[in-house]
Amino acid sequence: MRTAHKFAMANEYITADMVEVTEFPEIAQRYRVQGVPLTVINETVNVLGSVPEDEFARKVLEALGK
Amino acid sequence: MPIIKDSDRKAVQDALADLSTPVEMILFTRAQDCEYCEPTRELLGEVAALSPKITLKVHDLDKDAGLAATYGVDKVPALVLRNEKDYGIRFFGIPAGYEFSTLIDDIKDVSREQHGLSAPILEQLAKVNRPVHIQVLVTPS
Repeated sequence: MRTAHKFAMANEYITADMVEVTEFPEIAQRYRVQGVPLTVINETVNVLGSVPEDEFARKVLEALGK
Repeated sequence: MPIIKDSDRKAVQDALADLSTPVEMILFTRAQDCEYCEPTRELLGEVAALSPKITLKVHDLDKDAGLAATYGVDKVPALVLRNEKDYGIRFFGIPAGYEFSTLIDDIKDVSREQHGLSAPILEQLAKVNRPVHIQVLVTPS
């Protein structure tokens, strides 16, 4: 979670939400959450589990087709 | 009864002891159909009481719909963490358990205007030139 918020601080185009899914079951359903943390980037790229910062950054770029 | 345990209060206060710029916590709630709105308000109120650099402002999602839209807030409880700048840091749902540490560490980062990311990571992120919305879905720990 911290990495996503740090990324938001580092780049003005990035917004990062923590979403506590037990309070928002419709979101858990929408993304078919079976494990956490599940990171959803621009609705297109999903990352399950905690990953190192460099891998996370690559996933962010992947979501932009870069 | 306070939400932050007495045994934890000192540690949190110490963690928040050397903040730099003021930090605003902007909380959106709703009077009804929001089980965690009041506990979240209480928890954040207790955090704000631990440092003169932290302020808490509470808004109603329906009455302040315009402001909520500005922040991209569409569900409650929602917390925007910012200083004079909005970095895009949001919490939907109560930041308790493991995410309480996230909140405290985020407050420190925002106040110091430091994220601590390494140069290679920043080089990668510099390529981001279009909006990116990251949602990290978590459960209470």
